[in-house]
Amino acid sequence: MSAALQPVVIGAGPAGIRAAQTLLRYGLRPVVVDEAPLFGGQIYRQPPAHFQRSKATLYGFDTARARDVHAAMRAMLSDIDYRGQTLVWNAEGGKLDLLHQEQTSTLAYSHLIVATGATDRVLPFAGWTTPGVFTLGGAQVALKYQGCAIGSRVAFLGTGPLLYLTAWQYAKAGAQVAAVLDTATFGQQLAALPALMADPELLARGLYLVAWLRAHGVALHRGVRPLQVLGESRVRALRWSQAGTEHELDCDAVGFGYGLQSETQLPDILGCRFGFNALQRAWLPECDAAGRTSVAGVYLAGDGAAILGADAAEWAGERAALALLADTGRALGPQARGATLERQLARKQRFRAGLERAFPFPAQWAAQAPDDLLVCRCEEVSAGELRRTSRENGATELNRLKALTRVGMGRCQGRVCAAAAGEILAHCSAQPVQAVGRLRGQPPIKPIPFRLTHALASQEAP
Amino acid sequence: MKATQRDAIFLRLAETQRERVAFTLDGQALEALVGDTVLTAVLTQGARLRVTEFSGSGRAGFCLMGACQDCWMCTESGQRLRACSTFITAGLRLLSRPGAKP
Repeated sequence: MSAALQPVVIGAGPAGIRAAQTLLRYGLRPVVVDEAPLFGGQIYRQPPAHFQRSKATLYGFDTARARDVHAAMRAMLSDIDYRGQTLVWNAEGGKLDLLHQEQTSTLAYSHLIVATGATDRVLPFAGWTTPGVFTLGGAQVALKYQGCAIGSRVAFLGTGPLLYLTAWQYAKAGAQVAAVLDTATFGQQLAALPALMADPELLARGLYLVAWLRAHGVALHRGVRPLQVLGESRVRALRWSQAGTEHELDCDAVGFGYGLQSETQLPDILGCRFGFNALQRAWLPECDAAGRTSVAGVYLAGDGAAILGADAAEWAGERAALALLADTGRALGPQARGATLERQLARKQRFRAGLERAFPFPAQWAAQAPDDLLVCRCEEVSAGELRRTSRENGATELNRLKALTRVGMGRCQGRVCAAAAGEILAHCSAQPVQAVGRLRGQPPIKPIPFRLTHALASQEAP
Repeated sequence: MKATQRDAIFLRLAETQRERVAFTLDGQALEALVGDTVLTAVLTQGARLRVTEFSGSGRAGFCLMGACQDCWMCTESGQRLRACSTFITAGLRLLSRPGAKP
């Protein structure tokens, strides 16, 4: 049986690395495919060769975990088949289509652990496509991976733990933080405290960040509504309001985001059944507590399954690998800690529910979005066009709206705009957001050179 | 290089002791540091990577992690590259508009 067993792990962040490590521990030799040039995922992303900063400087609170995860991967490099800088752009008939250095190839699998992580959830506001406006995650990448700040005077905007963490990382690195503008209110954050006690360490860290920023003179405002980025060819200032009063903040860059969203294109292409997750306000591939999806042999782990953070991703990676091993008839022995991991994950789930209360989705966003607001930055489709099309054509479903307006049809396949477009459609057609559905994933899930698809097609021709 | 630095979006805070590497942007000779992505190489000196196909407005990337696809640039030889996930190399001849004459 083992001869026919070829597990593939997609993603080399904390979930993928722990999954691969667990498979290896039980005698399997997984293939680990990762898009990045170096393993670690986004949170433990490693800078290019010859960069000098210490791990403590790069990873702050998470230094020990980053070190552990990197070491775990390094220790197994000679025993697994690790393929960095490799994009999985399609999955079909038990094979993955890969792209590595402008070359396509296929990779057969018997079992798949998908650990593709997350990206920032974005809710557009006027001027958000102006050069100098980046996601919070993007602001972190600039600093961690390139040693750069996204601007000389940076405003951080939106909501979620990343808002405060990124501002702190910037201030610590010597960047000038113009302000931290949180759309959540202080009352919401206070009310979330009991639920956040599910993870006292992370709660304490959050409180520390806020206190540190205040002590270092960084302006913090809550209950904020973003209005507009000012500046034509680049950011000049940011207009925002609080309790009906408008403010203008002098800045030359903005990092913004509203929590994270799971990267789910591959499970979609693999045919996994999706369900609406009210907490995350998104359609997610369904899986059991161990990570089994509706498709036999396909498992999910980490933020790509549901946003629970990096610690949980390590547990979920191990848990999914244990499920794979059990499902293929391996005797796991008493040291396998599936039940413990599931308990830890459930506890993190309670903390996550608290975070959602502390940093809630701005419920008024769709109602307040002006008609001339650009929603889709690839195809440059405005909120007004979405509303007009929905009204005139009776479109009440997101893929229909995409066909009519091209929203979500561009190069990013709706990764950036789908959440916002869904909110606009739900609001203007007076439906709950889950009723408008979700954009279907399409191969290639990221752009690949056209000549490669052409070459592939001619290879397959009889 | 000096002439355009005031347009820079990115500000280098660390890791500045790296070897320099020469490239061109729209025909102009510039220098970056080894280990810079194309995005960093350009945004530490200019305010945009590309212009959009529809409105022609400037863009400077957005997510920096290969998701948003808003940082695709091209070279004078017609090769396309995603600026956030491609390292700058010596002699790279970049264009902020596809097909434009430098």
